[in-house]
Amino acid sequence: MFEKHGVPVLAGATADTVEEARAAAERIGAGSGGVTVVKAQVKTGGRGKAGGVKVAKSAAEAAEAAEQILGMDIKGHTVHRVMIAQGARIAEEYYFSVLLDRTNRSLLAMCSKEGGMEIEQLAVERPEALARVEVDANSGIDEAKAREIVEQAGFDAETGEKIVPVLQKLWAVYRDEDATLVEVNPLVKTEDGQIVALDGKVTLDANADFRQPHHAELEDKASTDPLEAQAKELDLNYVKLDGNVGIIGNGAGLVMSTLDVVAYAGEEYTGGKARPANFLDIGGGASAEVMANGLHVILGDKQVKSVFVNVFGGITACDAVANGIVKALEILGDEETKPLVVRLDGNNVEEGRRILAEADHPLVSIEDTMDGAARKAAELAAK
Amino acid sequence: MAIFLDDSSKVIVQGMTGSEGMKHTQRMLSSGTQVVGGVNPRKAGTEVEFEGGATVPVFGSVAEAMEATGADVSVVFVPPKFAKDAVIEAVDATMPLLVVITEGIAVRDTAEFYAYARDKGTTRIIGPNCPGLISPGKSNAGIIPADIAGPGRIGLVSKSGTLTYQMMYELREIGFSTAVGIGGDPVIGTTHIDCLKAFQDDPETDAIVMIGEIGGDAEERAAAYIQEHVTKPVVGYVAGFTAPEGKTMGHAGAIVSGSSGTAQAKKEALEAAGVKVGKTPSETAELMRSVISSMR
Repeated sequence: MFEKHGVPVLAGATADTVEEARAAAERIGAGSGGVTVVKAQVKTGGRGKAGGVKVAKSAAEAAEAAEQILGMDIKGHTVHRVMIAQGARIAEEYYFSVLLDRTNRSLLAMCSKEGGMEIEQLAVERPEALARVEVDANSGIDEAKAREIVEQAGFDAETGEKIVPVLQKLWAVYRDEDATLVEVNPLVKTEDGQIVALDGKVTLDANADFRQPHHAELEDKASTDPLEAQAKELDLNYVKLDGNVGIIGNGAGLVMSTLDVVAYAGEEYTGGKARPANFLDIGGGASAEVMANGLHVILGDKQVKSVFVNVFGGITACDAVANGIVKALEILGDEETKPLVVRLDGNNVEEGRRILAEADHPLVSIEDTMDGAARKAAELAAK
Repeated sequence: MAIFLDDSSKVIVQGMTGSEGMKHTQRMLSSGTQVVGGVNPRKAGTEVEFEGGATVPVFGSVAEAMEATGADVSVVFVPPKFAKDAVIEAVDATMPLLVVITEGIAVRDTAEFYAYARDKGTTRIIGPNCPGLISPGKSNAGIIPADIAGPGRIGLVSKSGTLTYQMMYELREIGFSTAVGIGGDPVIGTTHIDCLKAFQDDPETDAIVMIGEIGGDAEERAAAYIQEHVTKPVVGYVAGFTAPEGKTMGHAGAIVSGSSGTAQAKKEALEAAGVKVGKTPSETAELMRSVISSMR
């Protein structure tokens, strides 16, 4: 992605196996006296600290490093791929990032002559060494803005002039790829005076996928949770957690709140044995098909022992929601084997509860309040 | 009075002729809102008939609609791809209040139109990714069901749509001056603080419910604002205590990054500012009921 926008980077290639890593190191190391750097490709920071970055002096050493790194667990992410990058003779290490600044509803560029270490640490320990420059979303980082950034960071004129065009290219990555973060750490000056982005992190905005179709290729399907992948195929907003109470609700805020209420009930009434198993927002409509798909994903989670369906009937009133639940249970048939606690509230609630009561499904119980339903679902899961 | 929206508000709908636009324009009209026009350049000059006898003209642009009707509020139902252009058009027409319902707008587009509107200084944007706002019994700009709760003296501001509905339902016997859903995106036009300020200044509001969720630091800043500037009682609720780090929980802005944006930090900040924070939505409603009864 950096190469595509003209950001200077060292030659590199990715490898999924030790043999691929050896071959890549032979090819890439040729231009740097055999020296390469083997880096874990995972979607989290702190790789270096976790042992996911190793310098190799030969292709054999690179293969050995790849063997150690592949399969390693870094902050819950298993490494399935490594990057073999050309070694560089580094004179100095810098830091640069541009990101969405939620606090000021604007963009922020950060730059420092002291790169390499974790930036959170630098920001706390030596805030004066980190330049922070507001970037307007519409005008971005043009030449003048890039100059302002390098001046604030305190670069000498010669180095600064070399960094200015690199920052403009990194801005192109941010804007043209619909990123919310572009971070280069370290941005280095080599012994022969070249500025190179040695390592980087880019966070992309999923809402922009419609104009960034190539971003789908970047997805690491192997490290996506299988239930999350299945939910995504069904166009459901699902996040897997590690508890035993499956949760379905309508509206992101209400579902987050439901997870919390279940966790509290689990602590209070089951001694912590019941915890939320997932986040699943089925949106306002709560149609039978969407409800059935949601239940299907949740029942596929072997840890789930009970399911809490928490719906507020607003735009879609409770009677329609209740009909949706009844039809969803018909669609699922024998697949539905876990007790289901339903809490319906809102417009037309009496009619909604009447429909559910009339359907009289053996595994379904109806509760009037969110707190009461959370307790019931927690107790059922802890049995 | 109420805030931002009252019975004199004249509303137009950008994207009225789409399915969501039609459905919610009907609901706004049925709840007594003065919907005076729709905008769609391809259907300019036509009229749309709604149940209950209302006929709403369609205009070619926001500027034309404002010129012809004196509209001072626009509700945007335009799909995400085209939302930025719709907002820029309304800002250029100096529409005073713009309610962006659309979910899923690329954050680059929102950052750009927010910066554009801020520089112009003539349009207040609410949203995007929000349910809009309602001053019950007066006007309804957005998708909040008007039949949940009637008029009263509580002001409500929330990032979440369904938690807005839930809280309105729990407190329906007391009623609301205005309820504002400010939206769950990382960049939004109107913040908790903007609403707190307006409620503090509104003689028809006695007490305020503020609902927040994980992500960003808007609640912490709201807490600091409350401590300095708000003398009316505020009751709070924060969702997302059990959300794992690094995962987006439904709303694009609802994400804990590293140690920032946690529900615990928000709750502590609010409590330090003297705000009573409920553990669950029901407990929060109970706190508000006792605030109101102690005022009587």
